[in-house]
Amino acid sequence: MNAAAEASMPSLTVNGIRVDMIERGRGRPLLFLHPEIGIAASAPVLDRLARGHRVLAPSHPGFGRSDLPRSMTTVDDLAYFYLDLIETLDLRDILLVGVSLGGWIAAEIAVKTTERISRLVLANAVGIKVGDRETRDIADIFAITDEEYDQLAWCNPRNAPRDYKSMPEAELTAIARNRETTARFAWSPYMHNPKLKNRLHRIRIPTLFLWGTNDRILSERYGRAYCAAIPGARFEPIESAGHFPHLEQPEAFASRVLAFADSK
Amino acid sequence: MRVYHFTEQPYPNAWKDHTGSLRVNLPNGKLDPKIAADLYHRYYDEWLVADDVGLDIMVNEHHQTSTCMSSTCIVTLSIMARQTKRARLLVLGYPLCHRTDPLRAAEELSTIDVVSRGRLDMGFVKGVPYETAPSNQSPVMMMDRFWEAHDFILKAMTSHDEPFNWEGEFFHYRQVNIWPRPWQQPHPPVWSTTGSTSNARVLGEHGYVMATLGTGYATKPLYDAYREGYMSKGRPAPPADRFAYLGLVAVASDEKTARARGEFVADYLRTGSIVHPPFRNPPGYLSVADNVRMLKGDVRPRSGTRDGRFIDMRTASVQDLIDAGVMFCGTPDQVYQQIVDFCDYCGGMGNLLMMGHAGYLGHEDTVDNLMLFGKEILPRLKDYRQPNPAAATAA
Repeated sequence: MNAAAEASMPSLTVNGIRVDMIERGRGRPLLFLHPEIGIAASAPVLDRLARGHRVLAPSHPGFGRSDLPRSMTTVDDLAYFYLDLIETLDLRDILLVGVSLGGWIAAEIAVKTTERISRLVLANAVGIKVGDRETRDIADIFAITDEEYDQLAWCNPRNAPRDYKSMPEAELTAIARNRETTARFAWSPYMHNPKLKNRLHRIRIPTLFLWGTNDRILSERYGRAYCAAIPGARFEPIESAGHFPHLEQPEAFASRVLAFADSK
Repeated sequence: MRVYHFTEQPYPNAWKDHTGSLRVNLPNGKLDPKIAADLYHRYYDEWLVADDVGLDIMVNEHHQTSTCMSSTCIVTLSIMARQTKRARLLVLGYPLCHRTDPLRAAEELSTIDVVSRGRLDMGFVKGVPYETAPSNQSPVMMMDRFWEAHDFILKAMTSHDEPFNWEGEFFHYRQVNIWPRPWQQPHPPVWSTTGSTSNARVLGEHGYVMATLGTGYATKPLYDAYREGYMSKGRPAPPADRFAYLGLVAVASDEKTARARGEFVADYLRTGSIVHPPFRNPPGYLSVADNVRMLKGDVRPRSGTRDGRFIDMRTASVQDLIDAGVMFCGTPDQVYQQIVDFCDYCGGMGNLLMMGHAGYLGHEDTVDNLMLFGKEILPRLKDYRQPNPAAATAA
């Protein structure tokens, strides 16, 4: 996204917290919760998801240019923020979609209430612990180099945005904020809430797991264990995609989501 | 002037066999406990020499690193509190943000103060970036945690009538009543370090002793910021004893031997930053603005020479380090003059934190370094008249 597009990004204020929000299309609401690297208005997946839906893609508090109240320190706080956002916009019959960190937030929302949510999609989601205490379920992204990260996170590491020197200031600021805010919410316990797994049984709406199979931040085994903890949830791999399937395979990602939305 | 002898208690035997990291992830199998024991005893002996020759003592701690085997400052402080007779015992610092429990910190430091009969100088620091990985304490909101831990420790040290309650943003205790309470009243002197003018100003407002580490002839803006903060609270200009500076020291009777010692000591600078890159800048440790600057590839050097050259401490020659005020090296006359020149430049600096041992410097060289300093330089520094504080602020 260029600086001009960034400056004109619409925003929304919920309980005094201003967040940027991309809005596309019309119809049933699709609330898209972005991963730890944020979301760009130019991401092709947004237009594809907007075919037949009203896509709402906010930047989480502390990400992009969105406000970050000092008191917000946990993913639980983010989940309550989104419950407030849903009420403020009076959204109903929502298709809730989250990728990685966004998937964790979506799961935390759904265990609280699904009153206004009819379907849930979790893609390469973090948020739970499945292995034993000495097994690192989720790669320690703060202990590896950028190059190592790109190898783990992307099916094709050349898809990684790393040309920092040519990026505008606003984009670099967003990258730095996204990194710090991710650590604020997910430093320890690392990328998960130890309580969440035992609450997942409360999710009783149709749930789909999409999984970029080349993800080496998370294993497919992790995704399948996550899926198994939600009653009736389905698991669908996405080939030629890593940790961010919505960016590496936007067409496949969007068509799976939309097919799931229309399924019985 | 007071002069504190400091060593990081390194394990240099591991420095030539690594794959790009001497800290955090260098396997501890590379440490031989028998060699480590000899080194610890040697470093303690050298501090006893410092005590004998009139120097004070500074200790620190780091974690998971071959550059500093002092993984808890309390062990060295405990031994020094019992075994030395007169030296001040400065910890610089106690890394508050890598520790989970400020109550324990208050208890440990009060105990050291009592055992040493009031000789503790209490330096609080937030902690270096790479040690958020070993401690697993979040690098986000570190300074907020730092100040809450600081407030708690001082309250614990100065509350004597009944247990108090603390339910803060980061720390929770319900019955706080530490035994022993400290010897020095109301509490041991507080020190801290900084590399930023904004934090220097805050330290000035508190009136704490502020140390800068190896900032050389780029120190003055930090001292000036401290002075502003200090005087903003209605005080006159701060005296020289509010300022401390850590420099490497290599002195010998002849210049050639001194320079040879300087080469060994400089290995501290050449090895200290060898750490796996991702651990150098954990998220949140630096501000967003600083991170944006770094993403653009703009990395600012911290040390400069008197004539305005910036130097890279990892590769600088001994002469460059002398020119930059990072190392004081030469005969006693030369070293005295280098230190006094530096104090004059700073507008007053009352506490020299002398790295009298570092790197590969051997025991005999270290002892000679300390004894010469104590005999030939320290008495003259005691007589040295610091610049008038008011003149420093008027400039």
